[in-house]
Amino acid sequence: MEKIKVAILGSGNIGTDLMYKLLKTEGSMELALMAGIDPESEGLKRANELQIPITAEGIHGILEHDDIKIVFDATSAKAHITHALLLKEAGIVAIDLTPAAVGPYVVPAINLKDHLELDNVNMISCSGQATTPLVYAVNRVAPVKYSEIIATISSVSVGPGTRQNLDEFTLTTANACQEIGGAKSARAIPVINSAEPPIMMNNTVYAVLEENADEKAVIESIEQIVQEVQKYVPGYRLKRAPYIDIRHTPWGDLPTVIILNEVEGAGDFFPTYAGNLDIMTAAAVQVGEQFAAHILKKKGVIV
Amino acid sequence: MSKLLVTDTTLRDGSHAVSHSFSPEFVGEIVSKLVAANVPIIEVSHGAGLSGSTIQQGFSTHDEWKLIESAVANKKDSKIASLFVPGIGTRPEIITAANIGIDVLRIAVHCTEADVTQQYFEQAKKSGLETVGFLMMSHTQPASVLAEQAKLMESYGADCVYIVDSAGALVPEGVRERVAKLKESLSINVGFHAHNNLGLAIGNTIAALEAGANQVDGTLRGLGAGAGNAPTEVLVAVLNKMKIETGINLTILMDTAEEIIAPVFQYPLVIDRDNLAAGYAGVYNSFLLHVREAAAKFNINPVSIIEELGRRHAVAGQEDWILDVAIELAQKQLVR
Repeated sequence: MEKIKVAILGSGNIGTDLMYKLLKTEGSMELALMAGIDPESEGLKRANELQIPITAEGIHGILEHDDIKIVFDATSAKAHITHALLLKEAGIVAIDLTPAAVGPYVVPAINLKDHLELDNVNMISCSGQATTPLVYAVNRVAPVKYSEIIATISSVSVGPGTRQNLDEFTLTTANACQEIGGAKSARAIPVINSAEPPIMMNNTVYAVLEENADEKAVIESIEQIVQEVQKYVPGYRLKRAPYIDIRHTPWGDLPTVIILNEVEGAGDFFPTYAGNLDIMTAAAVQVGEQFAAHILKKKGVIV
Repeated sequence: MSKLLVTDTTLRDGSHAVSHSFSPEFVGEIVSKLVAANVPIIEVSHGAGLSGSTIQQGFSTHDEWKLIESAVANKKDSKIASLFVPGIGTRPEIITAANIGIDVLRIAVHCTEADVTQQYFEQAKKSGLETVGFLMMSHTQPASVLAEQAKLMESYGADCVYIVDSAGALVPEGVRERVAKLKESLSINVGFHAHNNLGLAIGNTIAALEAGANQVDGTLRGLGAGAGNAPTEVLVAVLNKMKIETGINLTILMDTAEEIIAPVFQYPLVIDRDNLAAGYAGVYNSFLLHVREAAAKFNINPVSIIEELGRRHAVAGQEDWILDVAIELAQKQLVR
């Protein structure tokens, strides 16, 4: 069966985990190239051992190939700004795992189908992938006035990119909760916990409702979206049933849905506690798969 | 030794104990009194720092910027500081606070996470602020780890780094070790912020001074998160007896604590069972009121929630775990 050739740009932790996930994914994609800029990087070494073609020439190494249709960019926001232009010129779809957000935010369980004709989509952030579906699930049955999410991640799973630019993470996640989660206003607060052994990624979503809502419908909607996300992130789950409380807010005493979520990683490259990293790469694979299937379909290939 | 710098944080740490209900008028009045008493640095913000008004931390009754404006309007020769917790606040809030006229930004992180603070120290410096690094929950790490973290903050531009005993869990020997190690490792000022869960807020502050601390914190009547802080008026009285010069007027502090602060207490600030449990288990003091609320709602003992939070190594900002623990404990009770 014909497959779409894809490349990973960035041979760090995210790129390496993505590599393992792509290798175990039976679908429309074929991992044709792993690109980094450091020939000594762990990611390139591992790719080489697995007999995946590699290049240490970064984006330029990718552009030398004329059959690659999709690139997963796991570099940095700054680098992606440059990469985005070059990939666009070359007619290659960019799935952006950096916070650059050149293209629109995409969450497979919410809006992926709307964006399959685009050439650049953005994966938001790990907590964005985890929490926007929950905000969206509440908002589609009970309008959300304000959402606040607390993303708690283990210290060892927070890389230097996030550490040097925590604001990007914070603001991007809050924006996504508004733009695609549908909340009228939103905050996102990251918490880094250095406990040993490391804690599993867990997220709390507070969704303040405009008015009283059908509790059963809200809970059903949440459970339904969790199942959607589980299709591509098996370790995504509710820690316990969503809880609806009346909270004092600046807008008066209002019903507030409290959702406690945790994400256990698949353990492909990252340890299982690092659900925050896993959900990014797992969601990106799902996005890549849908794009690849879409490209094949346009070519008349039945998938 | 250069003059000891005392920061009064009644209007920041004390904010926790009144569920973030200070009004701009109240802030103006307290700042005027502290200025009259010659307190050099006065901290004003939501208890969880700039932009802390959230479901997680508790919403403020009044607009935080109005509180800071009121403080700045009354500051005269004293400096106004605000707390800033990366993630709760973002750089735009630093710029806003600097534009209103604060002088000092105290950047607080869990004591192993100093490397998230660089962009905030840089922004604060760019905005012309003095900066303090606040290593929260310092009881959880040995002196050597804290010194490494403090050095990072120094490299980002901190003018001072504090050992912060957020859970009131340290004993004097632990304070001395930590402060001494920072003094040895840094060329900037070292500070200490106490909580009173083990009845050691003043004693630990003195231990910090003896180990070389240049800056210390207090709150009027001890008003602060959980068991409260070192009472500024008691601290000044002790320092006077020790012949350590601060230039602060004790009488004005005593009158303000008695006549203006005592009446706003919402509950007696004593080392009760919950506060002692938090200090003993090393649990963040700002959790107290949230724990009590959850305990009442689910009809469980607050101490059992506090102990479980300690076992889970909850850090600052993890108020959401309180509900998780409370529901879990309530379910266990039902099973039994």
